[in-house]
Amino acid sequence: MTDEGADRGAAKPGFRRIAAFGGIYSNHLALEAAVADARKRGVEAMICLGDLGAFGPHPDKVFPILRAHRIPVVKGNYDDSIARGLDDCQCGYTDPRDNHYARLSYRYTFDRTSPENRAFMSTFPDEIRFRLGDLDVLACHGSPRRTNEFLWESTTPTHFLDKLARDAGVDVILGTHTGIHWARAWDATSPGRGAALGAPGVAGSSFRAFVNVGALGRPANDGRTEVWYALLEAEGRALSVDFVPVRYDHEALASEMRAEKLPEEFVETILTGWWTTCLEILPGKERAAGRW
Amino acid sequence: MPKPLPIAESESASHVSGGAAEAPGVGLRALDELWFQVSGTVCNLRCTHCFISCSPDNHSHWFMSRTEVARHLEESIRWGVKEYYFTGGEPFMNREMLAILADTLALGPATVLTNATLLPQRTVHGLARLAQESSYTLELRVSIDGVSAEMNDAIRGEGTFARAVDAVGRLAAAGFLPIVTTMQTWDDARAEEILDTFRSVLRSVGYERPRLKILPPLRIGAEASRDRPYRDVELVDHAMMDGYPDELLLCSTARLVTASGVWACPILLDAPAARLGDTLAEAVGRPAILSEQACYTCWVNGAVCSNLPGLMADAT
Repeated sequence: MTDEGADRGAAKPGFRRIAAFGGIYSNHLALEAAVADARKRGVEAMICLGDLGAFGPHPDKVFPILRAHRIPVVKGNYDDSIARGLDDCQCGYTDPRDNHYARLSYRYTFDRTSPENRAFMSTFPDEIRFRLGDLDVLACHGSPRRTNEFLWESTTPTHFLDKLARDAGVDVILGTHTGIHWARAWDATSPGRGAALGAPGVAGSSFRAFVNVGALGRPANDGRTEVWYALLEAEGRALSVDFVPVRYDHEALASEMRAEKLPEEFVETILTGWWTTCLEILPGKERAAGRW
Repeated sequence: MPKPLPIAESESASHVSGGAAEAPGVGLRALDELWFQVSGTVCNLRCTHCFISCSPDNHSHWFMSRTEVARHLEESIRWGVKEYYFTGGEPFMNREMLAILADTLALGPATVLTNATLLPQRTVHGLARLAQESSYTLELRVSIDGVSAEMNDAIRGEGTFARAVDAVGRLAAAGFLPIVTTMQTWDDARAEEILDTFRSVLRSVGYERPRLKILPPLRIGAEASRDRPYRDVELVDHAMMDGYPDELLLCSTARLVTASGVWACPILLDAPAARLGDTLAEAVGRPAILSEQACYTCWVNGAVCSNLPGLMADAT
């Protein structure tokens, strides 16, 4: 996939095997590692679902990697805020502690993103559509209807996903924004009770799926230091999704973060795999699975 | 601005006029939240700030049966409902509450707004079992209106602080992370001190990761006489809606189902104008009219009744 052709009114590009990266959060070391891993696995294309900045150090470092590998980017809420010079990241925190860390992170990222890269971010589209096998795919940041919509596994009913897919006229939706990867497939003829849950693998004209591709920027609140991306492959209308853990030099990232005087709470997340901030947005089930 | 989800039966999602007073109206953008007045206006407590004056003898709205709720759950599938909320009254006065939650959690996430004074250990175990068996989250929102028995019991009744805090501890021990909600009755300057004290109180019963939600006062029902009613100017007019992102208002994404019809909003149960029809299909197609003064609180604060308020309008 290249950043020139995607969804600009031209015929949708088609692929069989792609890698999808979620929130980068300035983690240039993880992005480099993920790109190398995906290339090794023989993907035809890579796509990034937005939120290039936040949390990590040196926000400008991710841009050369994305450009060098011609990876198209869907606009995330962070990208939108930085590009337009808004006051905050549009994450919607209400908790004072969460807001404190969100403000620190946003100010740091905004001040260190070059005007050229800010301008580049303003060109990111809200969505990118393409074909994967015989499936129509829509890649977005939060949801097809709202860039900053959280789609957690435990708060997203299958019939709701089906409505999003119907309204967008696609078979598969890819998103990120929450930072925790998950996937669900279903049969569009019965998207309510008794819907087929679990890993995608069934085919047919009524096959639909949603994939939260995870985030490369920070671990998935699972006590592991790896970060995750999604490898998607389609044969006809049969889709398979593998979530790939990415090992990278997380200790080097932690050192960079400390050198930049980023909050020690952020560094702790990188070193332990447990989220320490911005916890209020987690539903009870996902929050209970973490440490804090 | 976000793209509205097309709802064939709905009137325009833009502001529409309606009602005798020509108050602004808000069309439903998407039926994201379905609320159930599952115990009507019947409550074991008689809180002095209750915006719909629930009490043991307020029978103006009656309990919903499991069958009634199940019918609406089934109907909700086609609307693509995202979240289900259960309120009252006190939901656990409904004897079918656990079965209702089991039906709901087969479909999506459920949130119960409770005073937590009717949660014997067998109910806590039953809730924990339901939560474990579902892939969807079961959220329990426990109302405690103050950081001490003195503060809380003056509003919610004698002994309620001790009972609710004890229940929160038992829910936490069973694996829940209850959302403790409290109506703000203190000055903003004391906010940090109050929140810190709240966390200490909850940690003292073993709730180590307290989730707190502060609600603004709704100056209707019993609350109008406990503190003060709304002032005349506290009303939403057309000028205030000019350029206002109406997706911040709960009525743009929610409807409330009761045993006797469907309302625009869970706060406006006493407002006849907020009753939008006998059926969900009718109520989905009709705009909510912002003629009540409680709408002003929603206009100022956004849809604080939702678990995740403050999700700003998408700026793209």
